[in-house]
Amino acid sequence: MDWFPLWNSLRIALISCILVFFAGIASAYYVARLNRIVKGILDVVLTLPLVLPPTVVGYFLLLLLGPRRPLGAWVAEYFEIRLVMTWYSGIFAAAVVAFPLMYRTARGAFESFDETLAASAQTLGLSNTYIFWRVRMPACRQGILAGVVLAFARALGEYGATSMIAGYTPGRTATISTTVYQLWRTNQDDLAFRWVMVNLAISAAVLLIVNMLEKQNRKKE
Amino acid sequence: MELSVQIRKKLGKFNLDVAFETGNGVTGLLGASGCGKSLTLRCIAGITKPDEGRIVLDGVTLFDSERRINLPPQKRRVGLLFQNYALFPNMTVEQNLAAGLCRERERAQKEALVAEMIHKFHLTGLEKHRPSQLSGGQQQRTALARILLSRPRLLMLDEPFSALDSYLKWELELELSDHLTESAVPVLFVSHSRDEVYRLCSRVCVIAGGSSQPCVPVRELFDAPKTREAALLSGCKNYSEAVKIAETRVRALAWGQDLECGRPVSDSVRSLGVRSHALVLGAKMGENTMECVVLRVVDDVFSTVILARPLPAFDADVSDCSRIRLDIPKEQGAAIQKGERILVGVAPDDILLLE
Repeated sequence: MDWFPLWNSLRIALISCILVFFAGIASAYYVARLNRIVKGILDVVLTLPLVLPPTVVGYFLLLLLGPRRPLGAWVAEYFEIRLVMTWYSGIFAAAVVAFPLMYRTARGAFESFDETLAASAQTLGLSNTYIFWRVRMPACRQGILAGVVLAFARALGEYGATSMIAGYTPGRTATISTTVYQLWRTNQDDLAFRWVMVNLAISAAVLLIVNMLEKQNRKKE
Repeated sequence: MELSVQIRKKLGKFNLDVAFETGNGVTGLLGASGCGKSLTLRCIAGITKPDEGRIVLDGVTLFDSERRINLPPQKRRVGLLFQNYALFPNMTVEQNLAAGLCRERERAQKEALVAEMIHKFHLTGLEKHRPSQLSGGQQQRTALARILLSRPRLLMLDEPFSALDSYLKWELELELSDHLTESAVPVLFVSHSRDEVYRLCSRVCVIAGGSSQPCVPVRELFDAPKTREAALLSGCKNYSEAVKIAETRVRALAWGQDLECGRPVSDSVRSLGVRSHALVLGAKMGENTMECVVLRVVDDVFSTVILARPLPAFDADVSDCSRIRLDIPKEQGAAIQKGERILVGVAPDDILLLE
């Protein structure tokens, strides 16, 4: 059995999860501070990838990153890098699809944050950076952790947009989910079943780790 | 220390418009809930931005809308003790205290200062505890110690006892009073309780409906409040519209009585007040005695409260008279029945003349 899809899926999920972590938290933090109208509009735009079919997201990504499209052509010319049909194309797809999950859970956590904590920290003379990382983030830890897990799981399971922008090339762009589909399509049910089990094991492991982390946190308090 | 505050802020339908100046010692901001006391503190701390005005502390301008100065809270060096103490839940007592020392660079120095505070505020043994494991009193001590470590030029306390059980309050108040005396930081103390203000503060500024009245010594507020709001907040229960009728006499319109004040009455007097325990039951008919009908007798914990309606001494409609309230010792009140006629006297000195 060739383990490439496992390795590829994990690196795509991990990298996109890290990107989405910072992007989701930053946008949740700043969007909450905007006035109501701008906030409403941005909220819709940032949540849209969650409700759109992944194939539509893939279509938009191809419009943007395709080799003959503005951004794709520009990057190809100046950096000689192709943005589609490579292993890292999967990162774009996974990140866009997983982003709303991180953004919304982080926003919910920030909204329930007791602002007097930040205010009192400010009057003590603590810098805003310190307050963000040492007071606000730890207080919102539960929600943010939940967001990370959801985003990671979604990124790992991403199929629709990935298959459009990265395609399926065994040993180059194949991920677990695209491999399962290809194997099933080509009547290799046995192998497909094995990959399904691998996927199940990873998902169960992630959930277990999260539960353990939560228990540890509760003990600390 | 000199603090001068003059700010205006509109929040929906609420209009805050306060102006006061204060010096060293403990100054009380006394007002009913929702009058803008906490908002005033937030403006001074820099957490909320006023629409216009000026805040100057010790010659340093913290806020000035005309000169476009608005120092961030970090640069104001104003400590604010929140109602809920705002301890960081993810940090231990020790770490919370160290957070107040962010201006201190040296590690050894930091640890020594924290250890000293832990000892001084009776937190020994609780260093590794989290705020959620502390009692209300311990939380308050931790929060206060944390603020004092940040060496504020002004300390503001926002209803520090509102989150505590009443039997704890008394002890904590004594403790807080000791700490405030020892630290010698000027204090702004916000409260809706006249008792707390009376016991803890040397000067007081009354805030009512979003606007402030000049700062006065505490004794003055309780002995001779100048306005009706001040009298109300100082605990006075009986009021009547009043007009001056002679050099030392006023007519209490709502009670239908002419009263002798024993001192010259200002022309601008608009109403008068009498504290409920200053009314004397069973006085002889004569100067400053009102004949009243008892409307209700209420048994309170340590006294008896009598609600009565004065019978006007001159031609006035009885039903127009507003009722008065007497607080009398229980043994005196036991015999009083509803509907009974009683004589109620008031000493000239006990009449508060209000503008």
